[in-house]
Amino acid sequence: MSVAEAIVRAHRDEWARIVAGLTRRFGDLDVAEEAAAEAFAVAVERWPGDGVPPNPAAWLTMTANRRAIDRLRRENKRDDKQREAQMVYDDSPPEPPGPIDDERLRLIFTCCHPALAMEARIALTLRMIGGLTVPEIARAFLVQETAMGQRITRAKAKIKAARIPYRVPGATDLPARVSGVLAVLFLVFNEGYLASGPDSDPVRAHLTAEAIRLARLIRVLLPEDGEVAGLLALMLLTEARRTARVSAGGELVTLDEQDRGAWDAALIAEGHRLMRERLASGVPPGRYQILAAINAVHTSARDVRDTDWSQIVALYDLLVGLDPSPVVALNRAVAVAELDGPEVALAAVDRLEAGLSGYHAFHATRADLLRRLGRGAESRAAYDRAIGLAGNSAEVAYLSRRRDSPPA
Amino acid sequence: MQYLLSVLHDTFELAPAEEMAAIDVFNDRLRAEGHWVFAGGLNWPSTATVIDNRGDGEPLVTDGPYAETKEYLAGFWVIEAPDLDVALKLGAEGSRACNRRIEVRPFFGE
Repeated sequence: MSVAEAIVRAHRDEWARIVAGLTRRFGDLDVAEEAAAEAFAVAVERWPGDGVPPNPAAWLTMTANRRAIDRLRRENKRDDKQREAQMVYDDSPPEPPGPIDDERLRLIFTCCHPALAMEARIALTLRMIGGLTVPEIARAFLVQETAMGQRITRAKAKIKAARIPYRVPGATDLPARVSGVLAVLFLVFNEGYLASGPDSDPVRAHLTAEAIRLARLIRVLLPEDGEVAGLLALMLLTEARRTARVSAGGELVTLDEQDRGAWDAALIAEGHRLMRERLASGVPPGRYQILAAINAVHTSARDVRDTDWSQIVALYDLLVGLDPSPVVALNRAVAVAELDGPEVALAAVDRLEAGLSGYHAFHATRADLLRRLGRGAESRAAYDRAIGLAGNSAEVAYLSRRRDSPPA
Repeated sequence: MQYLLSVLHDTFELAPAEEMAAIDVFNDRLRAEGHWVFAGGLNWPSTATVIDNRGDGEPLVTDGPYAETKEYLAGFWVIEAPDLDVALKLGAEGSRACNRRIEVRPFFGE
C-alpha cells in the first residue's frame, strides 16, 4: 500500500472516530474539527518522508490531541473548568439492549439534532462524520463555498450556545432520533441518486457512496434497529442499479428498460441478505424496510416480465398504512397499472391531483398511463407539464423522448 | 444554563380558565423539579410604550409596541435546564399547557 493510499484509508476509517474523541475530550466541535483536519494535513506532509507509522490511528489521534491543546493554549481564554462546561456530556452507558457505546454515535446524534435545520444537519454530518471538506459539500449541493462554510459554522455555534448535548438519546427518545438520523442519510443518498439541479450530473456517485458508508457505520453502531438495516438495504438495492439507470447519452433509463445484467450482483445479494434477516426477526417492518422489500422484489426478477406485481402492490398497501402521503399512493398506482391495467391506475392517480399537481412525477405517471390508453394528446400535454417541473437533466431527456415517441 | 421560553400569540383573546389551570399545573412542576426561575404573562401590546434615550435631548416616548407584528409576546418563562434536550421537553409541555407556540432560546452561557 502506498503512502497516499494509507492516508486515504486512515481518513476513511478514522476521521469520525478522531473527531468524536476530540469532541468528548475538549467539548468543542470547532476545536475537534480543526485539530482532526490539521492532523491529517501533518500526515500528508510527513508520512511520505518518515514512512507510514505502525499504528496510523494512534499517531493521528495523538497529533490531533496535541494540535487541539496548542490551539486552546494559544487562545488562553478559557480555564479548564469552563472548557469542560462547553458541551453537555453524558457518561452513562446506553441502556441495554440499547446501542453500542461508541463516541461516533454521540457525534451522529448531535449533528442530526432536530433543533438544527435539515440542511445544517446534512452539512454537519457530511463534515464531522463523513470527513468531506467544506468545498466538497458545497459542490455536492451546488452552494457557494462561503455559504456552506457559514452554514456549518452557524450550526456549530448553535450547538454550543444552546447546549445541544453530546449524547445518545435515552430509550424513549431513541426511535424518533434514529429516524431523524436516517432521514438525513436518505436525503444525502437521494441528492446523490437523483440530483435536483438543472445542470448537475444525473447521478453523483460520491454522495450515494458516502450515504451508504454512513449507513453501514450506523448499522454497526445500532445492529438491533430494523429501520437502520432497512435503509441500508434500500440504498444498496438502489445503488446496485445505478450504472444501468442513466444511458450513455445521459438519459434516464426506467426500471422496465434497464439492462438487468448491468446491475451490481454483490450489492443486490447484500441487500437481499439484510432483508431476509429482517424477515426472520418477526418484527413488523417500518417505512425503510418496506421500501427495501419493494426493491428486493424488483431486483429478484431477472426480467421485468417476471416481476411479482401482486407482492409489490401488497407491500405498497402496507406502506400506505404507515405513510398515507400522496407520493406513496402515486407509487402504488404505478404498481397497480401492472397488476390491474392502466385504466384502474389512472383513476387512482387522478384522485391525487390536489396534492401533487406541482410534482413532476405525478404528471409523468399520468402521461405514461394516458399513452398506454391511447390518449395521445392528453398524454403529450401531461409530458409537457412533467418536463416543465422536472429538475434533473437526465429525467428531462427521458421525458422528452417519451413525449415524442409514438404511442405504445 | 438558563433558557427563555417565549409564548407566541396571534389572537387578541384571553386564555380560557382551563388553559390557566393547565399553566398552573405546569408551573408547579417547574418549581417541584427545580427548573423554575421566573415567569410572567404580559398585558396587550397596545399597552406598551417605547422609550428611546440614546439622543442628547429628552427621552423619546412612543405609544404602542416596538414592532407591529401579527404575532407578539404574550408571556414567558425563564427556566433552568442542563441542556437543550431538557429545555425542549419543557417547552413542549409549556406549549401544550398554554396552547400556544413557544420559542426556546438560550441566555448567554455563564
